[in-house]
Amino acid sequence: MDIATVAKELNLRLVSGSDRMKNNVTGGYTGDLLSDVMANSHGGDIWITRQVHQNIVAVATLKDHAGIILVNSCEPAKDTLEKAVQENVPILISNLTAFETTGKIYNLLNAANNR
Amino acid sequence: MNPAVNESDSILNQYSFEVEGGNFNAAGTVSTRIKSLLKQNGLSDDVVRKSAIVSYEAEINIVSYARKGTINLIVTSHAVVIEVVDEGPGIPNIELAMEQGYSTANQQIREMGFGAGMGLHNIKSYSDKFDISSEVDKGTFLKMIIARNNSKKD
Repeated sequence: MDIATVAKELNLRLVSGSDRMKNNVTGGYTGDLLSDVMANSHGGDIWITRQVHQNIVAVATLKDHAGIILVNSCEPAKDTLEKAVQENVPILISNLTAFETTGKIYNLLNAANNR
Repeated sequence: MNPAVNESDSILNQYSFEVEGGNFNAAGTVSTRIKSLLKQNGLSDDVVRKSAIVSYEAEINIVSYARKGTINLIVTSHAVVIEVVDEGPGIPNIELAMEQGYSTANQQIREMGFGAGMGLHNIKSYSDKFDISSEVDKGTFLKMIIARNNSKKD
């Protein structure tokens, strides 16, 4: 499933990486502790977080994440956005909580895999 | 430990990077550079992934605790070697610092999602060989070796 589909299904607002909308989302990881995300997330995951500072872009780049979803309608910090545009990392904003966002994406990916 | 890792392996490429303590804006740039250099060197996805995690954690440790540091990246015929030397407070009790969850990070560092007490633990678990030594008020030295597996891409 590509990011464009996830964005449409969850009504997410894209703020960077618009030409990466075909990135394949193979899984997801939810977390705000960067070392935890570094150790336990996988390439192709969509990363769901409440962190908005620019270090999230480095983590997503290093882990080859499909993109980052910021929850609770949080906006990325200005320098985060600049870095995400520069590194071409998709950042999307969800109006939902991390719990709800994660649950919806989990169901979406499972449904797609069982099709 | 992987017996394939041998210090006498021929060095194919060698790089060195400076990391500034306290500069969270630049944190992650050296490890991002290391990742792309290792890809250019044709290393396998698995080796690149482990090296990225290890160098990121080491870089964040310099930024979080030290005044400055140097990360050396050495690609040999059988391994990726990452050496980290910093000038900083050092670690009084290495055994304690290695414990998962133990951290001396301040509130500001923790609010950014760092300082969870996982860094050194991650470094150890993603390295095939890990050495650490430290002198209080001088600095800390880390050496990590990640064995190149014999997959086709390597």
